[in-house]
Amino acid sequence: MAEDQKKVSAAARLFDVRRVIGGLFVVYGVIVTLLGIFDNQSEIDKAQGVRINLWMGLAMLALGLFFLLWLRLSPPKPPETKDAEDQ
Amino acid sequence: MEVLAASGLRLDLDIFDYLILILYFGTVLGVGFAARRAIKTSADFFLSGRSMPAWVTGLAFVSANLGALEILGMAANGAQYGLMTLHYYWIGAVPAMVFLGIVMMPFYYGSKVHSVPEFLRRRFNNSTHLFNAVSFAVAQVLIAGVNLFALALILQALLGWPLWVSIGLGAAIVLIYIGIGGLSSAIYNEVLQFFVIVAGLLPITIVGLVKVGGIDGLFEKVRQSPLGEAGLHTWADTATSDNPLGANWIGIIFGLGFVLSFGYWTTNFAEVQRALSAKDMSAARRTPIIGAFPKLVIPVVTVIPGLIALVTVKGLGAEEGDLTYNNAIPLLMRDLLPNGVLGVAVTGLLASFMAGMAANVSGFNTVFTYDIWQPYIRKGRSDDYYLKVGRWATFGGVVIGIGTAFIAAGYDNIMNYIQALFSLFNAPLFATFIVGMFWKRMSAWAGFWSLLLGFLASLALYLGHITETIHFNSDLEESFWGAGAAFVTAVVVAILVTLFTPPKPEEELRGLVYGLAGSSTSGEVIISGDKVWWRNPVLLGAIAVVLAFVLYIPVW
Repeated sequence: MAEDQKKVSAAARLFDVRRVIGGLFVVYGVIVTLLGIFDNQSEIDKAQGVRINLWMGLAMLALGLFFLLWLRLSPPKPPETKDAEDQ
Repeated sequence: MEVLAASGLRLDLDIFDYLILILYFGTVLGVGFAARRAIKTSADFFLSGRSMPAWVTGLAFVSANLGALEILGMAANGAQYGLMTLHYYWIGAVPAMVFLGIVMMPFYYGSKVHSVPEFLRRRFNNSTHLFNAVSFAVAQVLIAGVNLFALALILQALLGWPLWVSIGLGAAIVLIYIGIGGLSSAIYNEVLQFFVIVAGLLPITIVGLVKVGGIDGLFEKVRQSPLGEAGLHTWADTATSDNPLGANWIGIIFGLGFVLSFGYWTTNFAEVQRALSAKDMSAARRTPIIGAFPKLVIPVVTVIPGLIALVTVKGLGAEEGDLTYNNAIPLLMRDLLPNGVLGVAVTGLLASFMAGMAANVSGFNTVFTYDIWQPYIRKGRSDDYYLKVGRWATFGGVVIGIGTAFIAAGYDNIMNYIQALFSLFNAPLFATFIVGMFWKRMSAWAGFWSLLLGFLASLALYLGHITETIHFNSDLEESFWGAGAAFVTAVVVAILVTLFTPPKPEEELRGLVYGLAGSSTSGEVIISGDKVWWRNPVLLGAIAVVLAFVLYIPVW
C-alpha cells in the first residue's frame, strides 16, 4: 500500500484549522459580548445573577484571538516533500 | 428516548441564537468546500494526506468520542449514579488511550496500514480481514443511523422541528461536508466542535454551581438527595456491589477499565483513523495521549451538570416524560441559560451529533473502499477511481444511515443498543489484536477463528438476554459479561487453533508483531519518543495516568 503515500499531495497542508476556529470564535465572542452588555434584568436573573453572556462572550473572543495570534506567529509551513521515513 | 419529544423541553430561541446556529453550519460547509481544494488523491480524502499536527488529531480523537449521546448519557449517569460515573473517564478511558499511544500506535502507524481491518489482513489473512471489514462497516452505518435519529429527537424536543426534516437536514449537511471534504473536513469540524461544545456546556456548570452554592453546596445537597453520601464516592463502596453503579472493584477495573475500555479505544477504527492521519510517528503516538488530557476534565461539563440537575430539577429520574435522567442537560439549558449562550449550547449539541455521525461515515467510507471494494471487488484501478468510490461510499453510507435511523426509531433504549454493538464487535477484536501483537507464533487462521467465535460467544449471551433465557440484572451487566465472554473465548481459541495450524513466516510479520522489529516497532522505539521531552509520548502518557490517580483522591 505504498503507492498512495508517494502521491500524498502537499496541498492538504495548506489550509489551517486555526483560522477557522479563530474566525468563528471572534464572531461568536462579539455577538455574545454585545448581547451580554445589553442583557435585561430578567435574563440576568435567569442566570442566577451571573452576567454569563458577557463573561462567556469575552472568553470566546479571547479564545478566537488566541488562535488568530498563534496562526500569525507561526504560519503554516510551505509544502515540502514527504520525509524519507514516510516513504 | 422518544419521551424527549414532549413539548415541556421546548427552548425559547431568539434571532441571535439562530444566528449563532446558522453561522456554525455555514462554517462547517465552508470547511468542506475549502478542504475539497486540498484533495488530490485518495490518501488525501481518506487519511488527510497524513499531514495533521498532533494537537489537531488529539482534539479530533477525543471529539470523535464526544458525541451528544455520550454527553447526554454521561450527564444522565451523573444524576443517576453520582460520582461513580467518573470511572467512565478516569479508569475507563485514560489508561486505554495512553496504552494505544505508547504501545499500539507504533504498530498501526509504523506498518502504514490505512485501517484497522487492513492491519488484520497483514497480520493474519484475508478471511480475518473481510470478516472484520464487513462487520465494522455494518456497525458504523447502524451507529450513524442512531446518531441521526437522536439528533432528530433532540431537535424535535428543543426546537419543535418535525423528525423527518431534522433527519434529512442532518444527513444532507454530513453528506456535503464529508463527501466533498473527506477526512480533513471531518477532523477540522471535530476540532471546531470540541471548542463549541465546551463553550456551550461551561455556562451550565458555572450558572448551576452559583445556583447551588458552589461545589460544597452541591455536595451538601447531594447528601440530602435520594442518592445520598454514596453518590459522592468513587471507590469507597466498591468492596461489594452495594453502591449506585452496582459493580464491585473487580468489575470496574477488569470489566470497565480493561476489556470494555481497551476494546473500544484501541481497536475502534473511527477513533484510530484520527491518529493515522497525523503527520509523523511522534504525532500519531501523541494523538490519543493529547486526547487523554481533555478527557480527564470533561466530567466538569457532564457529570457535574448531572448532579446539579439532580438537586435542582424537582422530580428528575422519572421513568418517562420530560423528567428522565437523559434530559438532565436539556432541562438545565431551559432553566439556566439566557439567549446568547443558549444558542451556543444548542449549536454545540447539534454539532456533536453531527460529528458523531461524521466519524462513523468517514470510518465507513474508508473501510468500504480500501478494505472491501479495492481488494475483493475491483482490484488495481487508478487512484482517481478509488477516490470516486470513496465519495459514492459516503453517499451510500449516509443514505443507509437514514434508513437505519428509522429502524432505530423502533427501539426504546438507544444507548443499550449501542452498548450491545460494542460488546459484540470490539471485545473479541481487542483479544485477537492483543494476542496477535505480542505472540508472533499466533497463526493466520487463529486470527479468523478467535474473532468469529469471540463474536459468537458475545452474541449468544446477547440473544440469551433479549430472549430472557439467561438472566442478567441489567443491560449493563449483560454487556459486561458479553464483553468478558468474548474476550476469554477469543484468547482461548487463538491459543488452541495456533497449536494446530502453521505459523506465519516471520518475514511477513516484520513491523506487525512485538519483538519482530520493522524499522518502527523495536523496543527502543516504543520506549523512546521525540527528541524534545514535552513531545515524548511515554512521559506525557505517564503524566495523564498519574493525573487520573490524583483526581480520584478527593472523591475516592
